[in-house]
Amino acid sequence: MTEQRKAVALISGGLDSMLAARVVMDQGVRVEGINFFTGFCVEGHTHAIRKKDRDRVKRNNALWVAEQLGIKLHIVDVIEEYKDVVINPKHGYGAHLNPCLDCKIFMVHKALEWTQANGFDFIVTGEVVGQRPKSQRRETMPVVARESGAHDRLLRPLCARNLPPTLPEREGWVDRERLHDFSGRSRKPQMALAEQFGIKDYAQPAGGCCFLTDEQYSVKLADLWKTRGSRRYELDDIMLLKVGRHLRPRPHFKLIVGREEGENRFLEGYRRQFTHFRPISHNGPLVLLDGEAGEDDLQLAARLTARYSQGRSAESVQVEVTDRGGASRVLDVVPYPAESVPREWHL
Amino acid sequence: MSHYQLDARNLLCPLPVIRVQDRVRDLSAGDTLEVVCTDPGATQDIPAWCRINGHEVLESHSAERDIFITIRVADD
Repeated sequence: MTEQRKAVALISGGLDSMLAARVVMDQGVRVEGINFFTGFCVEGHTHAIRKKDRDRVKRNNALWVAEQLGIKLHIVDVIEEYKDVVINPKHGYGAHLNPCLDCKIFMVHKALEWTQANGFDFIVTGEVVGQRPKSQRRETMPVVARESGAHDRLLRPLCARNLPPTLPEREGWVDRERLHDFSGRSRKPQMALAEQFGIKDYAQPAGGCCFLTDEQYSVKLADLWKTRGSRRYELDDIMLLKVGRHLRPRPHFKLIVGREEGENRFLEGYRRQFTHFRPISHNGPLVLLDGEAGEDDLQLAARLTARYSQGRSAESVQVEVTDRGGASRVLDVVPYPAESVPREWHL
Repeated sequence: MSHYQLDARNLLCPLPVIRVQDRVRDLSAGDTLEVVCTDPGATQDIPAWCRINGHEVLESHSAERDIFITIRVADD
């Protein structure tokens, strides 16, 4: 009896990685899934915060995919190690601050380490030649295999027949003829294969799983680095960039304004780390001040807090300001006129 | 068989799942783990993670903002 081979599949929660794992499973390979949490994953986090997101299905798509496939899923926290990928990408960024090629190399490398620690034979990804402008091009496919260290233990079942045979194919662990030759940006072959497998429900394919591909998010991260004078971040920083309205009225401070009750509750968890504002004469947002502020700045921040409160049209609004030491006082301010808030203050 | 507790409050998904996964790795079959968290997403994600790994959700309930989920660890 031949030995059953074992593969670990990178599972993002999207359709391609789901199909890639399924194609290999259908050839009798034992597959387990691996999913990396970088801190920038769109998956999960914002569901808990904003009301509009609560109406969506709350499932974690990677877990859901694993359950549909009937495989184990290992979710790995790579927040710390991933910082170097974001801050110093050897291959540069995509359209925004998305280091897609370095990210793929990093993840395949981490998967390789996992296979070595757990006695698995090869790695499976849902990559397709020509699918993505930065990381999934014909020229970058060998770069990922080489720089990750996986070399020919990296199998891309959806486009394998467009690439040189890998170890699992040469050794007969999988039949190359039963792999695929997808290429380009069309989603039709994937959808047809999903149909063939009877997979009808899947997350929106192709992208949208990483905040770094989002222009607005990247602007906020770039602003964070610029004002700190260095390209560094902590998990709390990148979480806060996902939440609230961010305004920088002065170079030395910015405001994070809760847009709804869910965001206010989330920001509550951070209030001891920041000087913060809350209208008390009217309903309104919790506002965190990130940076250093003098008396004039506190007055300006209080007026902006009032502008986003239900007292925005009132003659004056009482705003409670609390410093990081917990000392509070009340400022009576005239709400900042909405039309006078310069567009460039908005990040 | 022992009973353990895990505080995953103020963590947003998937971090509560990751904390559970990492804790369970060190436990033995039959041990129970009560996790307390605040992210409502955990009520979906932790049971899903248990199902795909064969662990059993024994009980879950909420008290104010806290969500308590107790699981029994399966054989590896």
